[in-house]
Amino acid sequence: MTKQEALQLKMTATRVRMGIIESTHGAKCGHPGGSLSAADVLTYLYFKEMRIDPANPQDPARDRFVLSKGHCAPGLYAALAERGFFPVQDLPTLRHSGSYLQGHPNMNTVPGVDMSTGSLGQGVSAACGMALAARTKGTDINVYTLLGDGEIEEGECWEAFMFASHYKLDNLCIIVDVNGLQIDGPTSKVMNSEPLDQKMDAFGFNTIICNGNSINELEQAFMLFDRAHGSGKPTCFLLHTTKGLGVSYMENAVEWHGKAPNDEQYQQAMAELRASYELLEKEVQRNV
Amino acid sequence: MSDAKKVATKIATRESYGNALVELADAGHDDIVVFDADLAEATKTAIFKKAYPERHFDCGIAECNMMGVAAGMSTFGYVPFVSSFAMFAAGRAFEQIRNSIGYPHLNVKIAATHAGLSVGEDGASHQCCEDIALMRSIPGMVVLSPADDVEARAAVKAAYEHQGPVYLRFSRLAVPVFHDESSYTFEIGKGETLTDGFDIAIIATGLMTSEALKAAVTLKKQGINARVINMPCIKPLDEALVLRAAKECLKVLTVEEHSIIGGLGEAVCALLSEKLPTPVRRMGVMDRFGHSGPAWEVLKDYGLTADNIVANVLDFLG
Repeated sequence: MTKQEALQLKMTATRVRMGIIESTHGAKCGHPGGSLSAADVLTYLYFKEMRIDPANPQDPARDRFVLSKGHCAPGLYAALAERGFFPVQDLPTLRHSGSYLQGHPNMNTVPGVDMSTGSLGQGVSAACGMALAARTKGTDINVYTLLGDGEIEEGECWEAFMFASHYKLDNLCIIVDVNGLQIDGPTSKVMNSEPLDQKMDAFGFNTIICNGNSINELEQAFMLFDRAHGSGKPTCFLLHTTKGLGVSYMENAVEWHGKAPNDEQYQQAMAELRASYELLEKEVQRNV
Repeated sequence: MSDAKKVATKIATRESYGNALVELADAGHDDIVVFDADLAEATKTAIFKKAYPERHFDCGIAECNMMGVAAGMSTFGYVPFVSSFAMFAAGRAFEQIRNSIGYPHLNVKIAATHAGLSVGEDGASHQCCEDIALMRSIPGMVVLSPADDVEARAAVKAAYEHQGPVYLRFSRLAVPVFHDESSYTFEIGKGETLTDGFDIAIIATGLMTSEALKAAVTLKKQGINARVINMPCIKPLDEALVLRAAKECLKVLTVEEHSIIGGLGEAVCALLSEKLPTPVRRMGVMDRFGHSGPAWEVLKDYGLTADNIVANVLDFLG
């Protein structure tokens, strides 16, 4: 990837972050923290990695994405809207009565959403089923799913990990957003799941650890996923991220898991994100 | 086969299920895939596995994941049949069925065997008498409870043809085959009147239907003409059939191998109390857990026999 391309993706990720703030502010509730930590990987998936067509969201040959940590719908919706699946202007209708942007992803109302999720641990199972279907049909479709590091406390995740490994689903990329925080506090205090890399290795995964907020490191990780095709091993990314990244007062702050910014906080968040965006713009111009 | 021998034949509906899967696949329906959770020999999906091993996936003892996997696979146009015992399908994996199959209204068929007390010796931990209640409560879920081999195989085929989630309830116990396959038709949302009568309507489902038929023979000898209605589809309920029976017979007895809470009896009561208040008596498992024993002994212990249907009718009619 050229430096310019990486900068462009960073700018897009910043716009996705603005969408997260717009939507949760509009909803007066929702989950900004884990959406912000995942904004970079969501951007990478929808703008670089996945074979998708916003004009044809039901294309049978498309790659699939399942947001297993469904509460981070603001992040997914912002990425989908930015990619052109639906108008960015609709984002503030999130969670409103009558809006198609349900609090958690609904595959029957939101263009581009491949699976209804929200109850933790379930999306990864559906992703396994999609990967099995893609292979059984003889396609080269890839399936990606994003989990939270709190989510993997659900036993169903480990059932799914066993399944993915047993059925050698090397077209499946399980991405864990390891931001280290969950509702009741740090995951290490609430329910320690470390050492995750050793666990995923032991479950038979092609395990890759990287900085999930770095476009360049994400590029390397997705290249390794690509190389794992034919290996018979499913891939697992352990993305080290910062919860709330991009908005100073939300960063690494557990209380921003599931609450919306008020008007004043909204103004500050948008000002910070606009400033980041302008810096990136200048960097792009310098590089031309 | 002579007619007499046909009547004497007993087949467990789980066996019918396994056979119907093969019949469907043999007919060229190559979109069928079957999932099991380490119970293929018991749920009889092993019959399908033997014929079509490449389309049978064992998920191990992990029912919750299995439901999600089936949901995901259905989004690619496959028609998954997912099997386990009723306790672990409807019970353990309820929330996966609700959220990953029911809410997105995916085309997954949940085929649960070993429902009710007739599991027998395994005892209460495995005797699921709550599955109809659980599955009925999910919006858009069709709930089927066939009574014999002919009906069970027809139900599997109807479930396959139906677009959307279906719950099928099968039994471990071999039960008499009383339907004539050559003339039998199955339709989702329809029940059937098996005997004509105006003294009382007996609405039964699953293996209680053949008990109700036996009871009707005994009652007839005592001058009571019971209208036996078989209700293989609990949801959507055949409202017209129930309302006509209530109107014409004035008293309704429901019989099911399921808790009296949330099953066929409550579905009938809900309908009649709103549209045609009618005295109803419910026979089923009276808010109790089961216990171990040979199936028919357990059913007898819980009053789910032809004799007790007769006794209830006589008491109800006064």
